[in-house]
Amino acid sequence: MSHPGTTGDYAIEVEGLTKHFGDLVAVDHIDLNARAGTVLGVLGPNGAGKTTMVRMLATLSRPTAGTGRVGGYDIIRNAPEVRSLIGLTGQFAGIDELLTGEENLRFIGRLLGMPTRDAKARARELLAQFNLSDAADKAAKAYSGGMRRRLDLAASLVGRPRILFLDEPTTGLDPRARGELWGLVRGLVADGTTVLLTTQYLEEADQLAHEIAVIDHGKVIATGTPTQLKAKIGGQSLRIQPEDHARLDDLLALVAERFPDLEPVVSAGAVTIGVNDEGVMPTLAADLRDRGIALTDFHLGLSSLDEVFLTLTGHRTETDDENEEAAR
Amino acid sequence: MTAATIEAPAPALGRPGLGATVSQTLSMAWRQMVRIKHNPFELVDLSLSPIMFLLLFVYVFGGQMAGSTSEYLQYVLGGLIAQNAIFLTMYTGTGINADLRKGVYDRFRSLPIARSAPLAGKIFADMFKQVWSILIMVLLGMLMGFELRSVGYAVLATLVLVVFALAISWISVLMGVVADSEEKVQIYAFVIIMPLTFTSSAFVDITTMPGFMQAWAKVNPVTHLSDAMRGLLSYGPISEPLMWTFVWAAAIFAVTAPLAMRAYKRKMV
Repeated sequence: MSHPGTTGDYAIEVEGLTKHFGDLVAVDHIDLNARAGTVLGVLGPNGAGKTTMVRMLATLSRPTAGTGRVGGYDIIRNAPEVRSLIGLTGQFAGIDELLTGEENLRFIGRLLGMPTRDAKARARELLAQFNLSDAADKAAKAYSGGMRRRLDLAASLVGRPRILFLDEPTTGLDPRARGELWGLVRGLVADGTTVLLTTQYLEEADQLAHEIAVIDHGKVIATGTPTQLKAKIGGQSLRIQPEDHARLDDLLALVAERFPDLEPVVSAGAVTIGVNDEGVMPTLAADLRDRGIALTDFHLGLSSLDEVFLTLTGHRTETDDENEEAAR
Repeated sequence: MTAATIEAPAPALGRPGLGATVSQTLSMAWRQMVRIKHNPFELVDLSLSPIMFLLLFVYVFGGQMAGSTSEYLQYVLGGLIAQNAIFLTMYTGTGINADLRKGVYDRFRSLPIARSAPLAGKIFADMFKQVWSILIMVLLGMLMGFELRSVGYAVLATLVLVVFALAISWISVLMGVVADSEEKVQIYAFVIIMPLTFTSSAFVDITTMPGFMQAWAKVNPVTHLSDAMRGLLSYGPISEPLMWTFVWAAAIFAVTAPLAMRAYKRKMV
């Protein structure tokens, strides 16, 4: 028997993938490819169809139309083969809170047919790799959010999957826990694992992905490498926060004067504008000093997802409240 | 970076065979047992209601029902065991419902394991609770003066109870898969189980019931199970109620297991 998975450059191939829930079109003719051994980032707001797409590729849900091949296997006709190649870490941890970390991993190992001793060894190995050895014998319900996500990721790796689906693996995590998880993902990719990562954070996609697909309302609206995308959307954003909240209007007036074409975003007492040229910073700083506007924040950062969407679609992400809901 | 090749991993590709399915079901059951180990209070919780029912039925109704509490105890223990076993199966459904909503089953379904293993494993593990409960009830009954027909028959009664519970658990699984909350599973179960157990020979001699009720009570599966338990543990005929108990178990399994599996597969929309 030939293994279609052993040939071809693409670990994930998606063509015209579509999913309807009644009248709702959750995923609308999505085409995607992930080269073996790379990270494909799928960037989009909540409700864009990311999870629905991942569920179809992980054989949890049947597409309404279109095809998907994972490791060369068709996600419908060869679902059992696909399952033996993949690992899945969902948005909501698929671990048993009553069981200890070690038991959770040992359980998956046993399910995968490992002899007890091997399952134990694999569990210990993963716990060490994920910096959870100290908590190995504690019930998972006592774990912090970051530890749970790490355990969940570890659970998806017990069978050494060649292709890994990470569905918003860091949503709701604090920056430190997020950084730790990124490190783990990089390690897996260095070992040759192909990763499909969905995220709401541009920074996450930028940090991890070799290629990014931006999706909105179930459709791919942009694809490219992080550099290409950033070039397309103006790349960076400048955040300016006056020390005195009362000076916000003066600041806005100045920004409007200097950048009449831009639409500044005001939030949390700060003004954010998209810039392509870092050279504006010194002149702007001088202007601010002249007008006596003292600052608590003045820095260039990567554009937020909101700004990316504003640029690509002309509308903002509409689901900020939901995002926070999901993070909880 | 050059493209890495995707190699087939060690686990066998394709659909798991019977041996693998059995082993996966046992692993699923292992998980449930470990849960009890970490939360032993569940067993106390499990024991409270049968103990309460046994004490209340015997010492409150006993004199009125059979002239003496000891005679009623000899009659009703089998019925109470049958009723308790049926109620216990409800927890199979609520447990599956909780796991389904929490995303634990998403993980299971993304693994190369048999589709039936998570459900079957849960049902299988819950049989431990059945054995535990019958043990508690028989022991408490004996403390209250119950005379056991024979230890061998008591073991047989336990086996019969487990077989029946294995079959009817699929009703609970079906409800657990279909319902959108644990509370709904409990409500469904309650409305079905309560009238079902009371319109049987579990607590009273059905010849005292009006004709139409008797007609139903005679075919009610709970009557057959109660009679079988009574026969094996206490007194009365054994083979006929036993036969009908198995007929009902087989019929219920044949109808509800495929329905539950179908509903479970449909969940994967």
